[in-house]
Amino acid sequence: MIGNVFDWLADGSHWSGEDGITNRLIEHLQYSFGALVFVLIIGIPLGLFIGHTGKGAVAIAGSANALRALPTFGLLVYVVIQFSGDLPADWAYLGPSLFVLVVLGVPAVLSNTYAGVQNVDPAARDAARGMGMTGWQVLWRVEVPNALPLILSGVRSSMLQIIATATVAAYVTLGGLGRFMIDGLSQQDYAQMAGGAILVAVLAVALDLVMAVAQRYVVSRGITGRYARPAPNADVVAAESRLEV
Amino acid sequence: MNYLKNNPDNVAQWFFAHLWLSVLPVVVGLVVALPIGWIASRYKWSYPPITNLAGLLYTIPSLALFIIMPSILGTKILSPVNMVVALSVYSVALLVRVVADGLNSVAPDVRAAATAMGFTGFSRFLKVDLPIAVPVITAGLRVATVSNVSLVSIGALIGVPQLGSLFTTGFGRYIPGIVLLGVILCLLLALVLDGLILLGSRMLTPWQRAVAKR
Repeated sequence: MIGNVFDWLADGSHWSGEDGITNRLIEHLQYSFGALVFVLIIGIPLGLFIGHTGKGAVAIAGSANALRALPTFGLLVYVVIQFSGDLPADWAYLGPSLFVLVVLGVPAVLSNTYAGVQNVDPAARDAARGMGMTGWQVLWRVEVPNALPLILSGVRSSMLQIIATATVAAYVTLGGLGRFMIDGLSQQDYAQMAGGAILVAVLAVALDLVMAVAQRYVVSRGITGRYARPAPNADVVAAESRLEV
Repeated sequence: MNYLKNNPDNVAQWFFAHLWLSVLPVVVGLVVALPIGWIASRYKWSYPPITNLAGLLYTIPSLALFIIMPSILGTKILSPVNMVVALSVYSVALLVRVVADGLNSVAPDVRAAATAMGFTGFSRFLKVDLPIAVPVITAGLRVATVSNVSLVSIGALIGVPQLGSLFTTGFGRYIPGIVLLGVILCLLLALVLDGLILLGSRMLTPWQRAVAKR
């Protein structure tokens, strides 16, 4: 069974053409990064604002966790059925799918950005104020650099959720690597299904590793260095923040 | 909601299948994660490799894992066993780190006091370390359970019947109401399970309330 999967992956004809692996991979990346851009535009400024001012903290802890319980797949199908009829043909499936990907991606970025800023050592913040820094300077020079490990781990977990859900979006006629799994199932072609599954898994792991390496170089050495604390798992941070509320 | 009126047996069957598929992996996950998490907290050198491996497993998208499982386990693609094992893997991956961090959160003074009172080895772990780690562990359990409820529904794509079947049925007939019924029932299930774990956590840690009262 495994041999068949590798035969399927090794077959050059499966890699080219409009429904080939290369094109599906590009589609998958387009959906995922397209959604991620929106997630960052929404999640980071909002998280910084809430973390810096402390306004609305209870609301985000609550809504971020309520969203976790929302079944991704169900939301996707619902939004597609409800709204695809009202959209221009090109966007009928793409629009609702992107919307759902953004909705699912925002909480991890938002709550980690908030938690990151919130967890900055108050002494560091006070010292910055004492040196005469304005609110903006405190935010950019002290809070953001210190919060960066947590912010980036939020971006990572958001990205992984988006990649996983973009796979499911193939069910509502979208392209991407999920196509091989959905089509393989309907054609009873396990090699194609498993081939697609392996490609998605490799893509997710590879992108996560790239982010992990980037994190190493972006975060200030004073924060990682010898005093490194492992960045807490985003999901657990969110759960703990809810416990505190 | 007409669907519920016309097919109550179907929906009830899917609901209980969903419950079972969501809870069983978390139970298996906790049983497996406790000793591994203990090792990661007891032997510091093992913490990074164990948590990194757990993070790696957690990275794999669920649908992909459901589909890869048959070629590892030798099961049929439609077998619910694939999902139970895949979701157990996720639960272990999430909980190992939580258990280790929970045990690490026990203050050294508390440990020293327990040792001075005559607790040693396994009995100290069972009667002192573990109870103190309960709030952290149950926070992780809540995350694992609630996200499992959502992940289980994706199993409908590979034909395992549970509440996710309402999504595929709804899409097949293009009726949003059927899908909405599934979403609501999933949310309800997640909410109830989450509440039960929270309740269990409170009952296991009476001292937390005692401290709050003072």
